[in-house]
Amino acid sequence: MGILKTFALGGIHPKENKLSANAAIETLAIPKQAFIPMGQNLGAPSKPVVKRGDKVKTGQLLAEAGGFISTPIHSPVSGTIFKIDNILNSSGYKQPGIIINVEGDEWEESIDRTEEINSNIDYSSQEIIDKVKKSGLVGMGGATFPTYVKLMPPPGNTAEYLIINGVECEPYLTSDHRLMLEKGKEIIIGTQLLMKALKVTKAIIGIENNKPDAINHMTELVKGKEGISIMPLKVQYPQGGEKQLIKAAVNREVPSGKLPIAVGCVVQNVGTAFAIYEAVQKNKPLFERVVTVTGKAVKKPSNFLVRIGTPIKELIDAAEGLPENTGKIINGGPMMGKAINSTEIPIVKGSSGILLMENEESHRETESPCIRCSKCTYVCPMGLEPFLLSKVSKLGKFDIAEEEMIMDCIECGSCQYTCPANIPLLDYLRLGKNKTGAIIRSRGKTG
Amino acid sequence: MDNIIFIAIAALGGVGFVAAVILFFIAKKFKVYEDPNIDTVEEALPAANCGGCGFPGCRAFAEATVKSAKETKGLEGLNCPVGGNDTMQELGSILGLEVEASDPLIAVIRCNGTPTNHPAKAKYEGATSCAFAHALHGGEGGCQYSCLGLGDCEVACDFDALFMNSETGLPEVNNKCTACNACVIACPRDIIELRKRGPKDRRIFVSCVNAEKGGPAKKNCQTACIGCAKCEKVCKFDAITITSFLAYINFENCTLCRKCVEVCPTSAIWEVNFKLRKPKAEKPASVVERKASPTATEGKPIPLTVTIAAEQQPKTETKEENKDNKE
Amino acid sequence: MNMFTISGSPHVKSDESTKKIMYGVVIAMMPAMLVSIYFFGLQAVRVLFLAVLASLFFEWVIQKYLIKGPVTLMDGSALVTGILLAFNVPSNLPAWMIIIGALVAIGMAKMSFGGLGKNIFNPALVARVFLLVSFPVQMTSWPKPQPITEGLADVITGPTPLGIIKEGLGAGKTMSELKPEIPTYMQDFTGQMGGSMGEVSAIALILGGIYMLWKKIITWHIPVSMLATVAIFSGILWGINPEHYADPMFHMLTGGMLLGAIFMATDMVSSPMTNIGQLVFGFGVGLLTILIRIWGAYPEGVSFAILLMNAVVPLINKGFKPKRFGVKPAVTIKS
Repeated sequence: MGILKTFALGGIHPKENKLSANAAIETLAIPKQAFIPMGQNLGAPSKPVVKRGDKVKTGQLLAEAGGFISTPIHSPVSGTIFKIDNILNSSGYKQPGIIINVEGDEWEESIDRTEEINSNIDYSSQEIIDKVKKSGLVGMGGATFPTYVKLMPPPGNTAEYLIINGVECEPYLTSDHRLMLEKGKEIIIGTQLLMKALKVTKAIIGIENNKPDAINHMTELVKGKEGISIMPLKVQYPQGGEKQLIKAAVNREVPSGKLPIAVGCVVQNVGTAFAIYEAVQKNKPLFERVVTVTGKAVKKPSNFLVRIGTPIKELIDAAEGLPENTGKIINGGPMMGKAINSTEIPIVKGSSGILLMENEESHRETESPCIRCSKCTYVCPMGLEPFLLSKVSKLGKFDIAEEEMIMDCIECGSCQYTCPANIPLLDYLRLGKNKTGAIIRSRGKTG
Repeated sequence: MDNIIFIAIAALGGVGFVAAVILFFIAKKFKVYEDPNIDTVEEALPAANCGGCGFPGCRAFAEATVKSAKETKGLEGLNCPVGGNDTMQELGSILGLEVEASDPLIAVIRCNGTPTNHPAKAKYEGATSCAFAHALHGGEGGCQYSCLGLGDCEVACDFDALFMNSETGLPEVNNKCTACNACVIACPRDIIELRKRGPKDRRIFVSCVNAEKGGPAKKNCQTACIGCAKCEKVCKFDAITITSFLAYINFENCTLCRKCVEVCPTSAIWEVNFKLRKPKAEKPASVVERKASPTATEGKPIPLTVTIAAEQQPKTETKEENKDNKE
Repeated sequence: MNMFTISGSPHVKSDESTKKIMYGVVIAMMPAMLVSIYFFGLQAVRVLFLAVLASLFFEWVIQKYLIKGPVTLMDGSALVTGILLAFNVPSNLPAWMIIIGALVAIGMAKMSFGGLGKNIFNPALVARVFLLVSFPVQMTSWPKPQPITEGLADVITGPTPLGIIKEGLGAGKTMSELKPEIPTYMQDFTGQMGGSMGEVSAIALILGGIYMLWKKIITWHIPVSMLATVAIFSGILWGINPEHYADPMFHMLTGGMLLGAIFMATDMVSSPMTNIGQLVFGFGVGLLTILIRIWGAYPEGVSFAILLMNAVVPLINKGFKPKRFGVKPAVTIKS
C-alpha cells in the first residue's frame, strides 16, 4: 500500500479499544415510550406539528424545520402522542420534546420496506436535495449539521470532491465500521446520489488503516463504479475532523474561518451516505440509526440499529446491563463525547455511541503546574497553542484569545489528552471560544 | 573664558526662548476645553473604577455626569453604586442639582441549593469556572437553574464582599457589598440580584429562580419555589407576582410583614436580619442558616431566618438567640 | 444508584505525567552520573548526594513554611535540579558552597518566581553562575579525572581544556604549540579531561540525549541547532586562522557544550514552546557561546549563553508561532 496518507499537523494516537468491531448490527426492540427532543440538529430546533392524543405512524412528520438551518423530525414509532413536554437532553438541560406511547409498529405506506437494493438513480440533483431536506437528514458523525445545507454550495463555490468519512477515528466506536461492512452497497449508492446532487465526478471514501476488512470490502464494491475511490489512511486522531480529512485525502487546507466548500470539498459521513440511500431510494426518513454500546466492563459490546427516541437505558440493558462499577456514561466517543448523568436520556440523530467507563478510569487526575513542555502545541491539529489559549481564557483576556485564533479550535481534545500536568486545557478553551464567539457576534451586530 | 560662558548662556537662552514661543502657540492652538467640574466630580467619586455604573471607570462617569447636568439639568440614569446615596448627594451639590435619594442596594443570592436541599446526583470534574460548567451540564443535582458553586462571582467581586461557603457550596454576601453589579454579570445562571437593602438591612426575597413546574422543581430541590401561589394569595399588598411557576417579590410594595415566609411550603422565601419569631407551641422553632441543619430536613420545613453578620449592626441579641436555639 | 461523573471531553488521558518526564530526565542523566563517579570517585558521590539532598530540603522548607502550599517534593523537579547542579560544579567543591548553590537554585531561581513551571531561568545554571562569580577560585580549579580502578591517589587539579587555550592564546602561543597540552578528542569523548562533574564524558551525555529523544522528553531542535551553530561559527573562524582559533570539534566536545545542549538548554520550563522558536533559541545559544569563549573574559560560555537566551524566551514565544492550519493555503485550487 505504500506510505499511507494522513494530515500534516499534530495529532495523537490514543488506544483504539474497538471492542465491538466484530459484533454485527442487531436491531433493537422498539421501546414502550419514545422521547423525541426537538433540538436534534445544529441550528434552530424543530417545531412540533402534532398535538397531544394524536395517533402517529412510523415515519410520519412530527415536527417541521424551525428555520433555514434546521430539519424536520419524523416519528420513529407508531402510537399515540402522550404529551409535548420538557425532556432531558444529553447536557442535563430540559428542552421541549414529544413523548409517544408506542402501539405496535405501523409504518407509513410510502416507505419501501423491502430488503431489495435499488441502484437505479433516476432523480435530478434538485430532487435528491429536496428528498434529503424532507427526510430530516443531519450529519451522522455527531455534529448534526443539516445535510441538505451542505449539498447546496453557496454561490461562487463549486464542489469538486466528495469525501465520504469512514475514518471513525474516535476510540471505542464501531458503528461506521459495521455499517461499511454490512451496508457497503447502500453506502456506495448513497455516495453516487450525493455525487449527483453535488454534480461532482470524484468521490473519495477515506477509511483508517485499522479497519482492513472494511477497506477490502469497500474496494471490492467500488470496482467498476465511475469516480469513486477508496483511500486507506494512517491511523491518527482527529482524522475524522472535516478539515483534517480534507488535508489527508486531497492535501488541501481549508482556510481559517472558512467552510470546506472553499477548497471545493464536501465531506459526508458514511452513516449519512447510508441514510441518504434510504431517504432517496426507499423513501424512508431518518428515524433510526446505528449506535455502538461499549466499554471495558460491558459484558456484550454491541452495535444496535436503534429507533431515535429510545432511552439509553434500553440499549444498556440489551448489552447485558450497566456494569456495577460504572463511573461515567458518555454519549459519543471518549475524545469528543458528552458525559451524561442519567440513563433516561434518549438516542438522538447525532448519537453515535454509548460508552460506559469504569469508575477508576472516569476521574480526572489532579492538576499540577504547567511545565511548559509544549506537548499540547505539538499535538494540536490546527497549529494553535492550547497552553496559551487556555491561560488567556482563564484570565478573561479574550482579545488575545481572538488574536491567537481561538475560534479555529476544533475541540478535538488532543491537547488535554496529552498534557502531562493534567490541566483541563479544553475546558478553558471551550470557555474562551464561547465568550470570544459571543464578543465577535456582538461586534458584528453593532459595527 | 568670559566669552565662552557668555556664548553658552546666550545659546541656551535663545534655544529656550524659541522653544517657549513654539510651545506657547501650540498650547493655544491645541487647547482642549475641559469642564473643571469633571475633575471635582472625579475627586468626589470613590475611585474604585469598578464599572458598576456602566461606564469604563470613574473618569468616564464623571464626564457623563457633568455632561448630563449641563444638558438635561439632572442626573437621570446615572448612579454610582459604590459611593451610594452620599456620593450622589455630593455630586448634586457640586453641580448645583437636586438629586433624588435612592435606596442602597445589595446583592442577594437567589438559590438555596445546599447539598442537603439539592443533593448531588452526579459529580462535576473539570475547570473551576461556572461559565464553562453552565455550558457543559445542567447541574450536579439536576436543577438547571441552581448555583453551580464554582465561584465565578467570588472572582468577579472586587470588594471582598462575596465569598463561597465551602459547606453550603453557595456564595454569601456580606455588608461590604457595594452593588457594583459585577457578580450579577459574572453569574451565568442569573441567580444574583441587586435588591434594596431595606430598613435596618431587613429584606425578604424568594431564594429560588427555578422556572419549572412545581413537581420537577421539587423533585430536585427541597427548597425550590414550586409556584403554588400561596404567597401571592396571602400578600395583601400585591407585592408578589408569579410568572412561569416562580414567585417574585417586588420590593416597592413589600411591607416586610413576613406572612409569605410563613406560608411558603418549601421555605423558598427568605427573611434576612429579622428578629427571631416567638417559638410556637407545637413546632420546634429553630434557626435554619444557610448551612442545612438537620431540622430543615425532617417534617415540614420551618420558616427561615437568616442573619447576616455585620459589625455595625446591633445584631448581638439575634446571635445569642441563635446560640440558645442550637443548644 | 451510581454517582456518575460529569466532565468535559476528552474522557481519556495519555499516560504522560510531569513525574514521568522528570524521572525520565533522571534516567537519562544516569550514564553521565556513573562516569562522574568512575572518574571522581567518592568525591562525586559526596557532591551528588549533597546537591540533591540540599535541593530537596530547600524545596520542602520553602513550600511548607514559606509558601504554605502543597508540598510537591515527589514530582522529581527538585531532584533533577539537584543532579544538574552537581553536574555543574567541580567534584572538590566544599560542602557549604554546594548548599549555597542549592539554595540559590531552588530558592532564588525557582521558588521566588512561583515554583515549578514559572521560572524564567534554568535553576541549576543560575546556581552555577552564582557560584562561579562568587567563588571563582574554587569553581575553576578542576580535579583531573582519575578512574577509580587506578586507586585513590591525591587529587591533582588543573584547568579545563578551554582554560588552557584561553590562557595559552592570551600568552601569545599558537594552537599548534598548545596541541600537546590539551586532551585528544578520544579523551574528550570518554571523559579524560578536566571539567565539572557532568560535562567530562561526551559519550555518556549523548547516550542520555538519545534516551530522552526516544522517550520524547526533548525534541531534536535545540541540541541540533545549538551544536550546528557552534560548529559552523567556530569552523568559519578556524578556517580563517587555524593557529589562533580552536577547531569546531574541540569546541563541541569541551566545556559543557554537550551538557548544555542536551540537558540545560532543553529544560522545558525555560525554553521556547514552538519548534521554530527552539531552533532560534539554539542558534542564539550557540552564537553567544562562541562569542563568549573567544572574545569574552571567561573561557567557558555555555552557561552564560543559555541564561541570556532564557531571558529572551518570552519574546521568542511571541514572535515565532506554530504554523497555523489553514492560514496559508498549501495548495492553490485549480479553477
